[in-house]
Amino acid sequence: MIWDNNFAISVFPLLLEGLGVTVQITLLGTVLAAVLGLVFAVLRRLAIPVLSPVVSFLVVFVRGTPLLVQAYCAFFVLPAYGVSFDALTTGVVVIGINYSAYMAEVYRSGIQGVPKGQWEAATALSLPGARTWGRIILPQAIRTVVPMLGNYLIQMLKDSAVLSAITVVELMATAQAIGSSNFRYLEPLTMAALLFLAVSYPASRLVNRLERRYAPQH
Amino acid sequence: MRPSTEPQPLSVGTALAPEPIIRFENVSKNWGSNHVLKSLNFEVAPGEKVSIIGPSGSGKTTILRILMTLETPSEGLVKVDGDVLWNVTPGQKVRETRQLRETRRKIGMVFQQFNLFPHMTAMENIIEAPIHVLGMKKAEARERAADLLNLVGLGKHMNHTPPQMSGGQQQRVAIARALAMRPKVLLFDEPTSALDPELIGEVLNVIRNLAHTTDMTMLMVTHEMRFAEEISDRVVMFDNGAAVESGPPAQIFKDPQQERTRTFLRAVLQH
Repeated sequence: MIWDNNFAISVFPLLLEGLGVTVQITLLGTVLAAVLGLVFAVLRRLAIPVLSPVVSFLVVFVRGTPLLVQAYCAFFVLPAYGVSFDALTTGVVVIGINYSAYMAEVYRSGIQGVPKGQWEAATALSLPGARTWGRIILPQAIRTVVPMLGNYLIQMLKDSAVLSAITVVELMATAQAIGSSNFRYLEPLTMAALLFLAVSYPASRLVNRLERRYAPQH
Repeated sequence: MRPSTEPQPLSVGTALAPEPIIRFENVSKNWGSNHVLKSLNFEVAPGEKVSIIGPSGSGKTTILRILMTLETPSEGLVKVDGDVLWNVTPGQKVRETRQLRETRRKIGMVFQQFNLFPHMTAMENIIEAPIHVLGMKKAEARERAADLLNLVGLGKHMNHTPPQMSGGQQQRVAIARALAMRPKVLLFDEPTSALDPELIGEVLNVIRNLAHTTDMTMLMVTHEMRFAEEISDRVVMFDNGAAVESGPPAQIFKDPQQERTRTFLRAVLQH
C-alpha cells in the first residue's frame, strides 16, 4: 500500500473534528478528575466514619479495574437500571472518575508533603478547619503536584481512545471509521497517531516547564 | 520554693501571685513507656516572664505544646486564665471541645522553625487570623499589621514572602503574626535555635522589647542563658519530665540550689 496524498488531504478535516472531540473529552475529563480527586483526597484524610472508608474503597475499586470495563459497564449495563446518557457524556464521566482515583493519590502525596509546622501554625492561630485547608494546606499541596496532574492530562488524552469502544466519535473512532469505509487504514491511522503526538508533545514540554517552575521552594 | 536572698521586685513567686494565668495540675505526658512529663505541677502568674531551661528531652517543649493544644496530655488538669484547657483522666479519649478552642485563643506561639505560610506575604501572614478568627475588618487588620511590622522593624517588608526573607526576618514576622491575635500568653519555643548566629540578636531584641513593654505573660523555652537571665522574672530548670528548681534568674544562674542545675549550667555555659 502506497501513501495516497489526495486521500489523506480529503479525510484530514474529518480527523481534525475527531481531534476536537478528543481534546474536549480530555479537558472536561481532567477538570472532573481534578475536582473529584481533590474531594476524595481530603475526605480520606479527614477520616470521617463510614464516608472515608467508602471513598477509600471506591478509589481502590476504580484503580483495580480496567478503564475499558468501566466504560462498557457505564454504557451498556447501567442503562438497564435507568441510568443512561449519550456516549460522549458517559465517556467524560467514566474517564473523569477513573482518573480521579489516580489524582486522589497525587493530591494525597501533596498534602502529606506540607510540613507539619504549617498545621501547627494554623492551630496556634486558631484558624478554622475549612480555612486551614483552603488557604494554608491545599494551596501548598496543589502547587507541588501541578506537574503530576499535567502528566495525567497527557495520559488521559491518549487513553480517551478507549472510549471509541462505546461509540464516542473521537479521533481514534473517526480514523477507524474512515479506514473501514474506504478500505484504506494507512492514511487515517497514521494521521491520527501524528495528531495525538501533535497535541501530547507540546503538552509534555509544557509540563516540563511547570515542573521547573513549581519545584519545591526549599 | 525557697525564699530569695535579695529583694526581687519583678519576681512573682507562685505563693505571692493572685490567680495564676497558667496552671498545670498533676499533668503527665507519656509516649508509650517514655514519660515526658511526670505529674507536673507548675504555675505562671499573669504578666510573668518565665524562661524554661534544661537539657533536650526534659519535657520543656512539651509544656508549650500542651498549652498550644498541639499535644494532648495523658493525664491532668491545665487551666489558662481561669478556664479549663485540658482535663484528662488516664485512658480517656480526648476530643477538641468548644471550650478548648475558645481557651486556646488566649494563647499564641512562636515556633523554632518560624512556620510562616510560605505562599503568603508578611502582611497576609499577619492579617489571616485576625480577619478569619477575630472577625476583624480587612482595613483595620492591615493597619494593625503594619504597626506590628514596624514594631519588629520590618515595616518595609510587608509585601515580601518568607522565601525572600532571612531567618531572623521570618521569625520577627512570626512574632508579629502571633501578637496580631492579642494573646494573653505568648509562648516561645526555642525562637533562635534555627537561626544563623548573626541573626539571633535582632530576634532577641524584639523579644526583649516585648518583655519590657507589655504586660503579656511570656513563657519561653530557650538555650540562650544570658538572655533568659536578662529578661526573665523567673527561671525554671527542667530535667527528666519534672521541674528541678525554680527561682529568680539571679538565684538560678549565680547560686543554683540543686546539683542537677549546677551541672547543667556548667555544661552549657562553658562551651
